[in-house]
Amino acid sequence: MATPNTPLWEVFIRSRNGLAHKHVGSLHASDATMALQAARDIYTRRGEGLSIWVVPSTAITASDPADKGMMFEPAESKIYRHPTFYEVPEEVGHM
Amino acid sequence: MYTQALNTAETDDRGLEDAAKAAQFQARIDAEERIEPNDWMPAAYRKTLTRQISQHAHSEIVGMLPEGNWITRAPSLRRKAALLAKVQDECGHGLYLYAAAETLGTSREELVDAMLAGKAKYSSIFNYPTLTWADIGTIGWLVDGAAIMNQIPLCRCSYGPYARAMIRVCKEESFHQRQGYEIMLTLCHGSDEQKAMAQDALNRWWWPVLMMFGPPDATSQHSDTSSKWKIKRFSNDELRQKFVDATVPQAQYLGLTIPDPGMVQDADGHWRYSEIDWTEFKQVLAGNGPCNRDRMAARRKAHDEGVWVRDAAAAYAAKRAQRRTAQAAE
Repeated sequence: MATPNTPLWEVFIRSRNGLAHKHVGSLHASDATMALQAARDIYTRRGEGLSIWVVPSTAITASDPADKGMMFEPAESKIYRHPTFYEVPEEVGHM
Repeated sequence: MYTQALNTAETDDRGLEDAAKAAQFQARIDAEERIEPNDWMPAAYRKTLTRQISQHAHSEIVGMLPEGNWITRAPSLRRKAALLAKVQDECGHGLYLYAAAETLGTSREELVDAMLAGKAKYSSIFNYPTLTWADIGTIGWLVDGAAIMNQIPLCRCSYGPYARAMIRVCKEESFHQRQGYEIMLTLCHGSDEQKAMAQDALNRWWWPVLMMFGPPDATSQHSDTSSKWKIKRFSNDELRQKFVDATVPQAQYLGLTIPDPGMVQDADGHWRYSEIDWTEFKQVLAGNGPCNRDRMAARRKAHDEGVWVRDAAAAYAAKRAQRRTAQAAE
């Protein structure tokens, strides 16, 4: 039997204390241990990270770009959710 | 998160190519929007990018061979560590690029197989031999210099995953050029023999490096659509001219002579180079360069000798998955 294609993993790296893990790219590996080692070699050769997450790509559920109008429309009409919507007299100072 | 795993659920409407979608796509490109893997795109855009990104990835991987040739013979531990780090970077760049290419729907295995079968190309430059240590300096200085010139505009390419991969690559690549120039500088400040070695390497690499930018604009097949789609932002000749203008003063500083007696500086400051021997370029692309057969043989050998590792890793992962299923069932 032919060897199956090696699974794909998504790599997330936390670059500094206090920051969130951020998606940096993807890689192929047979299992989670090898994925972590490969992520170290491919994405942190210059001290880019303090922590790595690897997630099987198949485990991610993504929103459909075709739905983005409908999906994000509710947020677009609500300008009163932003601080600049409210008027505060200049004399009051920074708020 | 740009994976084929996500793409499989998409309806494949590539064959339909309706004009309204194509116009909408072009409008997004014109508005400088980035195209992402699950967005609709014309089949030709997908095909062009798959070819370009995978070719770029193959070049990074094959590019490890000429330099790897000198790792064990580097003249000092400092040079050896730097060269090893550079070759590792090239491997990393290849992997970022394969991942970007895969988001268009072709697996890495298929892309690699196409290269090993001789169906996909890699950059002509890696079919030249590295005869002396000065070649390692010249490759860093000129080959990586030319690559940077070509890659910086690609950071703004219309295809998101390719642009992002290029940003990472460009960040890492500037060390490559500097380490190469430093090698050249050291040789040029050395003995007469060392300086002659540097000049000899420049003589051999200069013309092949100019060919890296591809055929002249008048004869280039892919440029028109690539510019329209903002995959390519500068023409081959524009990039080549930029490279020459940047490189001439660097060569002068080293005290080296560019092997082009016809080269003159225009009133506008641009250095005009002589006619390039495009027959040589075509010969190398056709597989008849000095090292084409060696490079392909080395890649095939590495791939074949790695089969057992890939098989073992897959078997181990399957065994573990089976055990987990069995435990869960207890």
